[in-house]
Amino acid sequence: MRRPICKTFFVLLAFAAAGNAALAQAPAAPLAVSNADNAWMLISSALVLMMTGPGLALFYSGLVRKKNVLATMMQSFAMMAIISLLWAVLSFSLAFDSGTSFIGGLHHLFLHGVGLQPDADYGNTISLQTFMIYQLMFAIITPALITGAFAERMKFSAMAVFLSLWSLVVYAPMAHMVWGKGGMLNAALGGRFPTLDFAGGTVVHITSGVSALMCALYLGKRLGYPQEKMAPHSLVLSFIGACLLWVGWFGFNAGSALAAGTLATSAFVSTHFAAAAAALSWAAAEWIFKGKPSALGGISGAVAGLVAVTPAAGFVTPMSGIVIGLITGVFCYFMVVVVKNKFGYDDSLDAFGVHGAGGTLGAILTGIFASSAINPIFKDAAGNPLPSGGLEGNWHQLGNQFAGIAIAWIISIVGTLVLLKLVDLTIGLRVSNAAETEGLDISQHGEEGYDWAT
Amino acid sequence: MKMQSVVAIIRPSKLETVKDALVQIGVNGITVTEARGHGRQKGHTEVYRGREYAVDLLPKIRIETVVAESLSNQVVNTIIAAARTGEIGDGKIFIYDVADAIRIRNEQRGESAL
Repeated sequence: MRRPICKTFFVLLAFAAAGNAALAQAPAAPLAVSNADNAWMLISSALVLMMTGPGLALFYSGLVRKKNVLATMMQSFAMMAIISLLWAVLSFSLAFDSGTSFIGGLHHLFLHGVGLQPDADYGNTISLQTFMIYQLMFAIITPALITGAFAERMKFSAMAVFLSLWSLVVYAPMAHMVWGKGGMLNAALGGRFPTLDFAGGTVVHITSGVSALMCALYLGKRLGYPQEKMAPHSLVLSFIGACLLWVGWFGFNAGSALAAGTLATSAFVSTHFAAAAAALSWAAAEWIFKGKPSALGGISGAVAGLVAVTPAAGFVTPMSGIVIGLITGVFCYFMVVVVKNKFGYDDSLDAFGVHGAGGTLGAILTGIFASSAINPIFKDAAGNPLPSGGLEGNWHQLGNQFAGIAIAWIISIVGTLVLLKLVDLTIGLRVSNAAETEGLDISQHGEEGYDWAT
Repeated sequence: MKMQSVVAIIRPSKLETVKDALVQIGVNGITVTEARGHGRQKGHTEVYRGREYAVDLLPKIRIETVVAESLSNQVVNTIIAAARTGEIGDGKIFIYDVADAIRIRNEQRGESAL
């Protein structure tokens, strides 16, 4: 069990909800598992895993050509296996053990000390093991998101090694800084630059999106891009995947309340409305500028809205969720359709355009729209809530948001480029031209997704 | 007895009509393939996240049937009647002479194999 100092805002929130502000000085609350909270967090954990497999695996694999469908699915699925074992052995400790303000320590190596009792700082009504497995699902999907940028041209071996190292070098420090004890960006535990990031806008989406852009730039374009037709081979798969992502995202965002209470409701509701609004605004932008509202536009918009509301959920009202969604749908449409094509980089499945751009925008909008009525995260010495976001008068918070954004961008750019170089020099990143032309399914896995003869 | 193969490239939406019409006039066997191609018909444009692709190979259905020469005119007329819309893109019909036909099951030859 960790030190029993209760500073988590969930405790504060519970007291505030009880109308008992005087108690917010946080007495040593008895740490007991609430079965209700624990059950919700186990369900949320499963929902977040479902986002990677099959959600993201379907979403991405439908967007590639037939010859790469299995390889694309395997990249997401491999993360489910590899990152899980890494997490148990090393990376949970690096992310969540109290260490420096940059990275956690090694006390939780091999899950040492990760028992069934709660930890005051990591959801004080759920088992620490529940928290650990919940956070693992985030650690899985984040590198899986990057695979969209180098789809159809990276060796399986290089992908596995690169993303494993990435999760240690980029993800673990970022998760520690934002959510870990002593992390410099941790808003709930008194970090130096308290960045509001409810469910991982910086930790998950900016890191994966910006790293994705680095991968696209470093690896170069696919053979034949952009002259040859590289249309999605099955938008039906992508459609199913996107809808699974939408549902799974409730575990991602509402689960980040770490309890089954009203904060989870707030996060759930703003998440849903943002997704709906962004689906509409992306499709509408397409309708206006390209003449037709496409299925791919609708689902891309929904995912972009979910990305942008990820840091904001749990801090903003439902109406703010709608505004965030409307802005993001149009912004990400612009990033994917105009900016990418103007610069000519081959971010094959738009991991940067959706996650990097949407995540950065979401982090900024969170600093503007965060409401202390939804989540009194900042308190004065007497325990009274202070304004959260810019619209409440706390424009200073935008500075903190930019600090979080800057750190996420820097660690992603530097970490990714160094690791890519390292793996390129040792294993080699790209498949041969012949293997790329043949397709990764056959050249990397010896299988085909669709066998016409049987 | 001479036999002829009648190959028709038609609109996918006309497959059911053509198939039913051929059964009506007593055509026993047909082979249907999904095909892509173009004649004078222009293609269309597809847009995926802003990337536009000109699609000039359009989905078509290829129907093949082999019949006695005496029947082939009727088959052609039946297909024309069933597949025509009058618009560009209705398709084409090709007629070939067939040297022989063999039923794999019992090695019957000629018209009795049809």
